Amino acid sequence: MPHQQVKFYQTGTLTVGNRLLDKAQRTVQATMDRSNSLDSGHRACQGCGEALGARYAIDAAMRATDNQLIAANATGCLEVFTTPYPESAWRIPWMHSLFGNAPSVATGIAAALRVKGRQDVRVIAQGGDGGTTDIGFGALSGMFERNDDVLYICYDNQAYMNTGVQRSSATPGSARTATTMPLGAEPGAEFDKGKNVPLIAMAHGIPYVATASVDRLHDLEAKVEKAMSIRGARYIQVFVPCPLGWGSKPADTVKVARLAVESGLYPLFEAEYGELTSATKIRRKLPVADYLKLQRRFAHTLKSETQLARLQAVADNNIRRFGLIDEQGD
Amino acid sequence: MNKPFAITLDVGSSLLNKTGSWRTERPVYLDRLPPCNNACPAGENIQAWLYHAEEGRYEQAWREIMKNNPFPAVMGRVCYHPCEKACNRVHLDDAVGINSVERFLGDQALREGWQVAPGEDTGKRVMVVGAGPAGLACAYHLRSLGHQVTVYEASAQAGGMVRYGIPKYRMPRQKLKAEIRRIEEMGVEIVLNTRIDDIQGFKQANGFDALFLAIGAQQPKRVEIPSDESIQQLDAVGLLRAIEEEEHVALRGRVVVYGGGNTAIDVARSAIRMGATQVTLLVYEAREKMPAHEMEIAEALEEGVEILPLRAIREIRDGSLKLEQMVDGEGQWPQASGQFENFQADLVVQALGQQVETDLLQGLVGARIEDDALQVDVEMKSGCEGVFAGGDMVPSARTVTTAIGHGKHAARSIDAWLRGEQYRKPVKHELVEIDKMNTWYYTDAPRTVRPMLDIVRRQSGFAEVVGDLDEINAAYEARRCMSCGNCFECDNCYGVCPDNAITKLGPGNRFEFKYDYCKGCGMCATECPCGAIKMEPESI
Repeated sequence: MPHQQVKFYQTGTLTVGNRLLDKAQRTVQATMDRSNSLDSGHRACQGCGEALGARYAIDAAMRATDNQLIAANATGCLEVFTTPYPESAWRIPWMHSLFGNAPSVATGIAAALRVKGRQDVRVIAQGGDGGTTDIGFGALSGMFERNDDVLYICYDNQAYMNTGVQRSSATPGSARTATTMPLGAEPGAEFDKGKNVPLIAMAHGIPYVATASVDRLHDLEAKVEKAMSIRGARYIQVFVPCPLGWGSKPADTVKVARLAVESGLYPLFEAEYGELTSATKIRRKLPVADYLKLQRRFAHTLKSETQLARLQAVADNNIRRFGLIDEQGD
Repeated sequence: MNKPFAITLDVGSSLLNKTGSWRTERPVYLDRLPPCNNACPAGENIQAWLYHAEEGRYEQAWREIMKNNPFPAVMGRVCYHPCEKACNRVHLDDAVGINSVERFLGDQALREGWQVAPGEDTGKRVMVVGAGPAGLACAYHLRSLGHQVTVYEASAQAGGMVRYGIPKYRMPRQKLKAEIRRIEEMGVEIVLNTRIDDIQGFKQANGFDALFLAIGAQQPKRVEIPSDESIQQLDAVGLLRAIEEEEHVALRGRVVVYGGGNTAIDVARSAIRMGATQVTLLVYEAREKMPAHEMEIAEALEEGVEILPLRAIREIRDGSLKLEQMVDGEGQWPQASGQFENFQADLVVQALGQQVETDLLQGLVGARIEDDALQVDVEMKSGCEGVFAGGDMVPSARTVTTAIGHGKHAARSIDAWLRGEQYRKPVKHELVEIDKMNTWYYTDAPRTVRPMLDIVRRQSGFAEVVGDLDEINAAYEARRCMSCGNCFECDNCYGVCPDNAITKLGPGNRFEFKYDYCKGCGMCATECPCGAIKMEPESI
């Protein structure tokens, strides 16, 4: 009989590790000697998606650069919970900056390395969605426009969590925050406001833009690795649920992220030089309500048919626009 | 103070901050009992051998089966695989084809000539009566434990009902022979053609230290049907035995099999193969209450067997059966309707079950026979000192797999008894239900269907009906196992912990929590695919 390969790997690439896969296909997180760039003892809340996303991304970048990495960090949860002076949970060269100037600081580090002729050391800037999409937006746009050799990673938890859950320009329509209470005719954050920074980054024509999520580790690591193989300005936005700000269970962080992706509310894609190049397909499409019902910030939407319909329309639009479902099926 | 400008403190690590103190619940690793293992009457650790098979480590997989069951090639054919009915994978697509993988492993062992070594000699001698699955399994396990074993068998061949009750198209004889041969090669002596009437006396005369009885249930149960002898009547057990011994059996014309169990199906399917023109199963029960295994019924129907449910034969006269139509009611048995019909037949085979030949047990002082079975306690001990029993002769489901389980259990009890101890079954883990698992992580994988023999060849000969898996699809099928309830080292917990509070101990050694830092968020437990982590309240 003809020789055929066993193609099925029990959990495929869905789990963090899989002993049936080739070593090269396994994740950084599955290795015993991962760098644990963000170590234990940090003060993030239980089930923090940002702490998880940051370790995923930075560990992957560490492996991609052979541990030659410097990071600049915008003020925000990520800074406050990792580094209450003089203690730090970071195990990489790491530099504090203000809320709004992490891109500029990173640009400076990259310039200094260029002057010193250190091609091998790479630079990352990172921050939350507030520091990225609002406060640091001018600096970020400048970094893109100059095509500085920096990978900027935005951990997107869709509001200012550190200061008490205020709306940011990444907060989705209808979400409850301290400043968008679920009151009145249109409870929660208004629809059709805010900005989509990955698309804005693409508009700068930079070499690489991607979105990722903490529930898709293989996908996330591949995107970080790809980014580190490119020189110039790059941008990755990682979806990181926040149990405290979203009113979800700490144990459900990865699940919430998974449902955001599977419902189509958080499209995962890649773009190079302003052109979309790939989209991560939805495995089993789910209604947005499955995602919303795990979070108190959306509790009111389940009682409002109009809001539910609008959120579903957002998801359906994403699916169409980014091609999140294969027409032929898989 | 030798520090840079404006720096007053040394850099410290967050590791000083023991965030474990935040915790109100702690995750713990545990092993839960997978439903397949729970359902296996032979007590196989199915999940463990599938785990080896997943990576193509077939010999290791086979050795794992052999810890509990010396007949993988037989089991992979005749077992009704309750494991697959219990399999959690049905909630995703279809049960794992455990039976087909077991058969592949059993055949692979025969191809490769894998052997099992006997245990270190204990100097004890055990006598086994009956070389059926229970007797041989017991002998195998006793030999593995180092005892000398002699098996006495009344028939000319070993195998018991597997040989004399299960037709060749389900159980090719060379496989059975080879697996029995392997047991003999461990040093088990099988004495054939030896019927022992005074069991207790024989045991004492020959100086055996213990005795395992497994004579089965071989006497046919019959109903007396008023008959003018115009149609020949046979019994199923005798008929199947005659076919096996290749005696001349006239199974031709219009054959009626009376009964709805697996033996009835075996007779009917044999009759098809031997050239009967019409084979009809007359079943007392309603179609859906037939005791025969569904798959057997389906295969029989494919081959052309006709089933008439809710019929009772009341009389045989002038070459015709007088059938009474039965009515299925609420009660256990169908009720007579008073409606009759005639049915033409050339031969009637009664397949109404078997009973134990209790005459043989008369000499056993203290043995208790009730409900047509020898009563045994949880250690498979009969009331008679030093006499253990198992298989079809004790109260049980009367399947091959159950018998093999009895053999194992009895061997362990005998071993303990010979040392003056008592055998206690190890405590089972709690059963894992599908709701304890996170099945998102398992990729879709349809079951591998085993090839079936062409229908025409099934109707004309005794060639094996169900085909084999090969090395490739055996590994594929094994990989469909979800490892319910037991860690298979997918690294999910190690990955999803936002606090890096899990240590990976390396392949085969699983993981460990760093309780100094674990905040108790529970993400590891939620994202564990197989339900091997549970959250326990912290004692405060």
